[in-house]
Amino acid sequence: MSAQAEEYVTEDGRKIGGVMMEMKNITLRFGGVVAIKDISFDIREGEIRAIIGPNGAGKSSMLNVISGFYNPQEGDVIFRGKKRPQMRPYKVAQQGIARTFQNIALFEGMSVLDNVMTGRLTHMKTGMFGQAMWWGKAQDEEVYNREKVEEIIDFLEIQAIRKTPVGRLPYGLKKRVELARALAAEPKLLLLDEPMAGMNVEEKEDMSRFILDVNDEFGTTIALIEHDMGVVMDLSDRVVVMDYGKKIGDGTPDEVRSNQEVIDAYLGVAHD
Amino acid sequence: MPEQLLWAAEAMMNGLMAGVLYALVALGFVLIFKASGVFNYAQGVMALFAALTLVGIMDGQVPFAHLINAVFGTEIHHFGWHVPAILAIFLTGVVMVGLAIFIERFVLRHLVNQPDIILFMATIGLAYFMEGVGDLMWGSEIKTLDVGLPQGISETIDEATYNWFGYGFFIDRLDIVATIIAALLVASLTIFSQYSKQGRALRAVADDHQAALSVGISLRFIWVLVWSIAGFVALVAGMMWGAKSGVQFSLSLIALKALPVLMLGGFTSIPGAIVGGLIIGVGEKLFEFSIGPLVGGATENWFAYVLALVFLVFRPQGLFGEKIIERV
Ligand SMILES: Nc1ncnc2c1ncn2[C@@H]1O[C@H](COP(=O)(O)OP(=O)(O)OP(=O)(O)O)[C@@H](O)[C@H]1O
Ligand SMILES: [Mg+2]
Repeated sequence: MSAQAEEYVTEDGRKIGGVMMEMKNITLRFGGVVAIKDISFDIREGEIRAIIGPNGAGKSSMLNVISGFYNPQEGDVIFRGKKRPQMRPYKVAQQGIARTFQNIALFEGMSVLDNVMTGRLTHMKTGMFGQAMWWGKAQDEEVYNREKVEEIIDFLEIQAIRKTPVGRLPYGLKKRVELARALAAEPKLLLLDEPMAGMNVEEKEDMSRFILDVNDEFGTTIALIEHDMGVVMDLSDRVVVMDYGKKIGDGTPDEVRSNQEVIDAYLGVAHD
Repeated sequence: MPEQLLWAAEAMMNGLMAGVLYALVALGFVLIFKASGVFNYAQGVMALFAALTLVGIMDGQVPFAHLINAVFGTEIHHFGWHVPAILAIFLTGVVMVGLAIFIERFVLRHLVNQPDIILFMATIGLAYFMEGVGDLMWGSEIKTLDVGLPQGISETIDEATYNWFGYGFFIDRLDIVATIIAALLVASLTIFSQYSKQGRALRAVADDHQAALSVGISLRFIWVLVWSIAGFVALVAGMMWGAKSGVQFSLSLIALKALPVLMLGGFTSIPGAIVGGLIIGVGEKLFEFSIGPLVGGATENWFAYVLALVFLVFRPQGLFGEKIIERV
């Protein structure tokens, strides 16, 4: 634990802190399928942590464990020094962990603005009865939340589609709206499941820039799954490599790149 | 003004008022359907159950008296007190919330991610269960419900219209009150779902469960909330209908009145339920008024369904639904 607690500053001047999230000996099974086999790794404050691996390696499953969508049969999730009991996803979200999905989960019938606004729900304190009785206070809160949402909409450059129903947007923009909704929660930890899948080169560049900016400007800790090795190497501070539910590598992009097991399992097949 | 027109106007007013009540019952369906994708077969029985409970509480009936007496050989039936209407309505509201919690805890929670048809079957089971429990708790005899709402033909309107048009409109005062209450409830539900935090959460759940969870919405809480609201709507509907025609099994059939409204307005549209309710209410009364005499009357029993069917042929997605084109 002590070795991991030390803080450091990256080459580009970002501060990486102590351990925020620690996954300890996680095992997750679906009937006979073992999606995650006894994996341990950690995520530090302020870093961009990538999870990579071939299809079916168990990456999404790992993200789902972190966000409470799956409950592992074995192992502990330790968040900010405290062991987390089995927790349902909405509770995890309320603790400041926001996420996006590999298959995009947006509110298709609502406008972009309304979608992003739902991201603020965890910050809305006034309840139903409060809203009925303290109209003024509830309105102040609404105005404040609206401002926050507009900031994020500007930040992600989606002003032009604010009022468009999400169902009508092209795939690349949907991915961006999903990111906006997650950001609206002002999360401490942001989980991104293949944020660039299915995008063209230009869209990928935009998305990479946004991810870096989020991390840089808001200091948000990010864990992301990505298949594009170039992107992973550029973005991430540290990388976990999974294969068939097992962890086969963990370290900086350079370390991982030169790890023979990783090359055999993944890089060698998928790259060059 | 020609007499025919005046009669038609009177029929239309009565139709509008019936329509608001239909809209209210339909709204109960729409809310639950939107949030949990369930067509709640038990909605009508919920109204009956609410009305039974309301009468029971007001009259100081001992719940499960028959059962208690049978088991313990006692002869208790009444507590011997009378509860004021307002308090009894409030207590019945509490019972309906309790029912919502019960339904979430023992039914919905265990059926997450099951096909819709399974959930539908579960609500059929729920309907019969509630019907039985209602009988067991409060007895099955016909009861009168008097919460102090005004009854009888409104003389003011009768006189006023007589003075203006030379023809007095016959309008039931209970209908007027029912319309006002239903309209208020419909309006506040609409505002609630559009502007409150919980309303926003409700719409989110209705749209995508996974996404809703990821932004910190508790599905279980929303379900309890929605079923509570549906219970509350059932209470109001049961109260109005019960005051009019007595509290008895046939009260649960008001749900059948909501079906054509839903076919017309679409199962997921709140404005659809409102407008659909009004169209059916007015259409039904005008049809009975104009065509009824030619075909021997009693068209109100079937007109709504025929209208809804005809409508379905031309707009299967309902009044406000978006046209669904299957991706191929
Ligand atoms: N809900 C589930 N029920 C049953 N099996 C599942 C479930 N989720 C994942 N699995 C299985 O767990 C294994 C890991 O799946 P996972 O989606 O985590 O892989 P992945 O690394 O994200 O793959 P990809 O790159 O294709 O997204 C697979 O064998 C998958 O079939
Ligand atoms: Mg995946």
